[in-house]
Amino acid sequence: MKISTRGKQAPAEVDLTPMIDMTFNLIAFFMLLINFSQSEQNDRVTLPASELAKPAEIPEEFQVVVHVTNADTVEIGGNIVNLDSLRSHLSPELSLLQISGKTPADAYIVLRGHETVPGGKVQEIIKRFQDIGFERFALRAKEQIN
Amino acid sequence: MTALIDIVFLLLAFFVMTFKVSAQEGDFNIKMPTPGSGALSDSTELPMKLRLKSDGNGNLENISLNDSLSFGTDFASLRAKIVETVGDTSGPSSEDQGPEVEIDLDYDLHYKYVIQAITSVTGYKSGDNVVRLVQRIKFAPVRK
Repeated sequence: MKISTRGKQAPAEVDLTPMIDMTFNLIAFFMLLINFSQSEQNDRVTLPASELAKPAEIPEEFQVVVHVTNADTVEIGGNIVNLDSLRSHLSPELSLLQISGKTPADAYIVLRGHETVPGGKVQEIIKRFQDIGFERFALRAKEQIN
Repeated sequence: MTALIDIVFLLLAFFVMTFKVSAQEGDFNIKMPTPGSGALSDSTELPMKLRLKSDGNGNLENISLNDSLSFGTDFASLRAKIVETVGDTSGPSSEDQGPEVEIDLDYDLHYKYVIQAITSVTGYKSGDNVVRLVQRIKFAPVRK
């Protein structure tokens, strides 16, 4: 007996290729935009905005990032620092500079101050660093989007 | 194939959840040697004195330039005066040369006003270009 095969079709398959392509594109997008500079961020610092803020151009190897938080504390490398013992706290950086044949005047102090900390506090911090021999300061601000 | 798609979706979920939109950050570079260290510029020009006065609660009360010109809290007027004084046609000044501004502020004045003042005196945006004004900034001694 002849059995008719008419009506029996191969099961339909969804073509997943465009979806996978799109997904890979999305992954590439997020990978490229992921922020690797989280170590410089601090949840307790909201930077003041400036329309002239431009990406930092200073060399990373000779910079010390100082956070002045909304609680008026000074943090370097995740540790709260007492300004009276600033020199001892910076001894690793000072040693590194000495080994590299540099002086504190060649290094940059990056100041990330919360927008409502007293400006005088920032001045005091600059003065303490000046007393150690640092001369170059970078006041960090965030880009103001109009 | 299913395993590959699973992994791809997991990767996608990871990046979506860890993605954080943050504004671009930038710096104002200031060179401030210790007074008397000998590293100061040999410029004979006296710096313009920019006074920022606080209302006692950290908010800006008044801006004055050279103790004579008062701008209230209007940074745009300050910028206009700086443009008039310095001129934006002479080209950008460098870290060691050109006009200088000394910022004298009340201790409790919020830091955002200091950055606003620095923004006003260092330049302005003209379309996509930045016109540089004063590049040499220093601070007066701390007021207590």
